[in-house]
Amino acid sequence: MRDNLLVSTSPHLHKKESVKMIMWLVTLSLVPSGLAGIFIFGLGALWVMALAVAAAVITEFALQAVTRRKITVLDGSAVLTGLLLAYNLPADVPFWLPVVGAVFSIAIGKQVFGGLGQNIFNPALVGRVFLMASWPKYMTTFVKPMSYDAVTSATPLAALTEGKALENISYLDLFLGNRPGCIGEVCILALLIGAAFLLLRKYISWHIPFSYIFTTGLLSYVFGAKTLFAGDWISHILSGGLVLGAFFMATDYVTSPLTYKGQLVFGIGCGLITVVIRLWGGYPEGVSYAILIMNAATPMIDRYTRPRIYGS
Amino acid sequence: MVRLEDNKFYTEAKPLEALPLPAKVYIPLSQHLGKPCLSLVKAGDSVSLGQKIGSVEAHVYSPVHASVSGRVKAIVDWPHPVLGRAKAVVIEADDSCGPQKMDYLPREDIGELTAENIKNIIFDSGIVGMGGASFPAHIKLNPPKQVEVLIINGAECEPYLTADYRLMLEKTQEIIKGIELVVKCLGIKKVFIAIEDNKPEAIKAFRCFNYNICVLSSAYPQGGEKQLIKSVLNKEVPRGKLPFDLGVVVHNVATVFAIYQSVYLNKPLFERVVTVTGSILEKPKNLLVRIGTPIKELIAFCSPLKEEPAKIINGGPMMGIAQYSTDAPVIKSTNGILLLSKKEAAPLPEEYCIRCGACVRECPAGLLPCMINLASERSIWQEAISYGALDCIECGVCSYVCPANRRLVQSIKRAKLEAVR
Repeated sequence: MRDNLLVSTSPHLHKKESVKMIMWLVTLSLVPSGLAGIFIFGLGALWVMALAVAAAVITEFALQAVTRRKITVLDGSAVLTGLLLAYNLPADVPFWLPVVGAVFSIAIGKQVFGGLGQNIFNPALVGRVFLMASWPKYMTTFVKPMSYDAVTSATPLAALTEGKALENISYLDLFLGNRPGCIGEVCILALLIGAAFLLLRKYISWHIPFSYIFTTGLLSYVFGAKTLFAGDWISHILSGGLVLGAFFMATDYVTSPLTYKGQLVFGIGCGLITVVIRLWGGYPEGVSYAILIMNAATPMIDRYTRPRIYGS
Repeated sequence: MVRLEDNKFYTEAKPLEALPLPAKVYIPLSQHLGKPCLSLVKAGDSVSLGQKIGSVEAHVYSPVHASVSGRVKAIVDWPHPVLGRAKAVVIEADDSCGPQKMDYLPREDIGELTAENIKNIIFDSGIVGMGGASFPAHIKLNPPKQVEVLIINGAECEPYLTADYRLMLEKTQEIIKGIELVVKCLGIKKVFIAIEDNKPEAIKAFRCFNYNICVLSSAYPQGGEKQLIKSVLNKEVPRGKLPFDLGVVVHNVATVFAIYQSVYLNKPLFERVVTVTGSILEKPKNLLVRIGTPIKELIAFCSPLKEEPAKIINGGPMMGIAQYSTDAPVIKSTNGILLLSKKEAAPLPEEYCIRCGACVRECPAGLLPCMINLASERSIWQEAISYGALDCIECGVCSYVCPANRRLVQSIKRAKLEAVR
């Protein structure tokens, strides 16, 4: 036996898990809601997804090539960002809109910070709010569900914000996605299937989604109507991008707190800001901004929610 | 804490077996925490089995003994499984110098021995903590305060290793006698024998005796001293303090067995049980090995090999030390020799931290390994310490769970070293 042995520090054993695997499994968990989006809004939805994903991957590749860094487009993180951005867009947008959004997400939201793991804000949401600020008309023109043609249609959340009761949309419609909205946010059932997968495989924990949704539900029940304790909290939970945001965007590892305690604080903060924007702000939808604002607060939350060191 | 694939199936059913006497042993003069010994012999001397060959004037040290009868060839600088290189006494076995097996003369006056007598025997026998830390045992038997609780560590939470397990099965009576000796030394009021639930046979073996058995869940690092105290007593050792401060002392089963042998059989610590294991060995075994035997002899005894080993580890896969040479000998703290194949040892590419928080959740010491890592990489040592670097027990759980394969333990060790400067 020759002594050409490998020497390294312990441990010499490693769990069979990688960043790549996690990214692709999270992408997989988003498939049901994408399929639901295509079913509900037609093939336009598929085009938006394809364009956003392709633009995200190409942007990442190009920037890594130009800056001579390791090409990591196969790790699935750019695909995930592109897909999440598409899920936050209406199905009937001009073809360049998802492309511009995805380029912005990857370039400004992610690569300028140094790439995966270095960004402060959720890249997909950075892209989304950029589009929202630049082309609000396209971003708020929704396709009527199940009709497959472009008809301007106000979202249920917009109606809720204006204080109107939801007359022709039942809770079941909201749950199944039979309502105008963004591609990936409408079908709660499909989102919950993906979320259940992530929770069962322990890729996400319940702390952020639960505290976020609970806070939003509670506050919209208390303050959501003209009198206290009369708000339509179920509609508030089921409409808009809350479920998509709470399970798939707020839980982004990179931009959320490290500890469970911190994650609860993060979720409550998201819920609070969402309700404030929805009920008293200028936009009907508050999820994107709420998550981005809490992203900024993450380092501070981490600082005050450190785990207790053994023996202290 | 994490549940690991324990891989104990390779050797858990293999009874203890004595490795044939090696032709030469290389006995390091430093096999303990504390001051290294000085050689009491010189080249050409004839030594007999169990003769004291190394000692030093110091408070924290443990003497070393000849593990064969034979002639001292030289005192050389030799590969050491933990220290890299260190002074070792080379002895060539020679039957004309004395018997190669101890002619045990069981002591008859055990009942009459005072606590002081027992402590002296244990000290003279060169017994150290055999679970890995190599802390001289007699120091743990001379606590500055009254100790009331003794925990016997039979957790053996490192994957692959079964040395303690086999000892618990085959030497149950002897371990119990060793426990009685420690109880007598320290005036212990309560004893707990802590064993993980993946060793039901060992638990059964100890059930026949009148001691508290504490069945632990099989999670790593359950056998770490501080984690064990928490699991058994639900108490934490305060930061910067020792188990003594809680009135607790922890001894490993192998140490207690060595204590039994020293007091009952007059036998100094010159051999121990070593698990030789790994997927590439045809005949993995639990061997009774003389201290100072080069590990290549252990491997040869368990061969043939299915393929060349890419990595050889002294100890278990989580905290063991990768060896650069198979000339390195077995020392008092060697509980296993693990061979990894090329595939098993392949280094994984290090990626950026994605802040998944797995290291933070699993850290048994309550640290932020990923943050220490970032600070350490930027040489901001003060910040690394603020995240708890100095409280790290180096169990390896953080590196094990990290999906980005970051060298967390390595960078924390670095931060610790820099902090001392």
